Amino acid sequence: MTAPGNLERVLTSGGFAVTAECGPPRGADPELIRKKGGYLKGFVDAVNVTDNQTAVVRMSSMASCLILKEMGFDPVLQMTVRDRSRIALQSDILGAAALGIRNILCLSGDHQSFGDHPGAKNVYDIDSIQFIDMARAMRDEGRLSSGAEITVRPEIFIGCVENPFADPFDIRALRLAKKIGAGARFVQTQCVFNVEKFTRWMEMVRDLGLHEKAHILAGITPMKSPGMARYMKNSVPGMDVPDHLVERMASVPKEGHREEGVAICLETIERVRAIEGVAGIHIMAIEWEEIVPDIVRRAGLETRP
Amino acid sequence: MIVADRKPFDEIMGMIESCERILLVGCNECVTVCAAGGAKEVALLASQIRMKRKAEGRPVEVDEKTLERQCDPEYVNPLAETLEGYDAVLSIACGCGVQLIAETCRGLRVLPGLNTRFMGVTEEHGMWAERCQGCGDCVLDRTGGICPVTRCAKSIMNGPCGGSQNGECELRQDTPCAWQLIIDRLKASGELSRYGEIAKPRDWSTSRDGGPRKRIREDMRI
Repeated sequence: MTAPGNLERVLTSGGFAVTAECGPPRGADPELIRKKGGYLKGFVDAVNVTDNQTAVVRMSSMASCLILKEMGFDPVLQMTVRDRSRIALQSDILGAAALGIRNILCLSGDHQSFGDHPGAKNVYDIDSIQFIDMARAMRDEGRLSSGAEITVRPEIFIGCVENPFADPFDIRALRLAKKIGAGARFVQTQCVFNVEKFTRWMEMVRDLGLHEKAHILAGITPMKSPGMARYMKNSVPGMDVPDHLVERMASVPKEGHREEGVAICLETIERVRAIEGVAGIHIMAIEWEEIVPDIVRRAGLETRP
Repeated sequence: MIVADRKPFDEIMGMIESCERILLVGCNECVTVCAAGGAKEVALLASQIRMKRKAEGRPVEVDEKTLERQCDPEYVNPLAETLEGYDAVLSIACGCGVQLIAETCRGLRVLPGLNTRFMGVTEEHGMWAERCQGCGDCVLDRTGGICPVTRCAKSIMNGPCGGSQNGECELRQDTPCAWQLIIDRLKASGELSRYGEIAKPRDWSTSRDGGPRKRIREDMRI
């Protein structure tokens, strides 16, 4: 075994982790990844790269992760089960591990009907929980889903997502328990706007002792405008933006929208940090990666462990 | 039953563009129940075609027939003997019926008048919904009688995904989240503890992923 990746090191040492999301471009330009990476350098412990998020075609997560790795980041390879069968998923895990990409985040993925190719055929051969279990077995048992032996096991740190704001609410912690039982060791949540509901979910998570089995990072998204707040509230599945936040965004003059969004974000960070069992934050500044240093600095998190 | 929709009229007219005499064949089974391809629909479509072509000054002769079952050689074989002089057969059965006619009536164009949609049930009068994909390995005993393969847009076996909201699927507001239904059923029957079990990856080889399927009952073969 080689030394763990940076994210695993920070989390297992008990540090409060900061990760950020980097959306790859709709094009083949590596400079765009390097530019986004440049904003984040020194402010985060790991960078997630989305996998054709919202089912819109982007540069592959694997390629983008490698570019970020070459810049010195510890990338988190997001992998959805929407577009790949168990054959392709396992192949990509082996490939990622061979490239030194340590962190794998296993997701279902947004349905293709939301994206730019609604006529595409989806795969969904396995679901995200089965995917986590498969990745874990590849690493721990050295075998593929078929039972065939792997010559060199992939050294990976396996993560999952969970949406505390989806329904039915009362099984959301139980579903996380399944993911952790399958092998997830870090968790990045859906964007937290409704802190009260997130707090209730964390209570259920603690009741099941899940915070002691996996590191939970709260999702944080700065809002740019009241329009974005309303869009997320009404049009993004599984997103819970309380009315008072939409109103608050709308209550300030246009030139103050971004600052208000950052202010809400900083308040959210402060509140989720105080919740027992929250091991870090995951900042998803959608097409606004340059704001991340500002958020990290103002949240008093600029000294990375 | 198999549920189907009639193809757009213009598409049908395009298919029979060059024909002067066609046989329009319906089916007395599923497509009659879902009001897409029974005797009534045969009569209606035949009239529409005749009127349209007459108005265009290129009349077409449309004969009508509705078979007991278009997916059964017992009823399709006799049809093959009566096809002399037709330019095409337009079938308004499901895709199975269209194909059996094509297999049986070689040398004649066989055209589909319907789009076959799904295997489903009548939810209300005039409303049908999908229930089964014929995956070949039924899990309904473990999922409260609700099929996640068919009714979850992502066929998730350990759901629900993060898009389930207010009991509805993230795809459409009028589509119930299959996993909300499953959990409600498991709760009602006191089986929620089963939710903790991780459902293993499925073997899709029993589904269409394993290639075209066939069932043989040797004891019934003649």
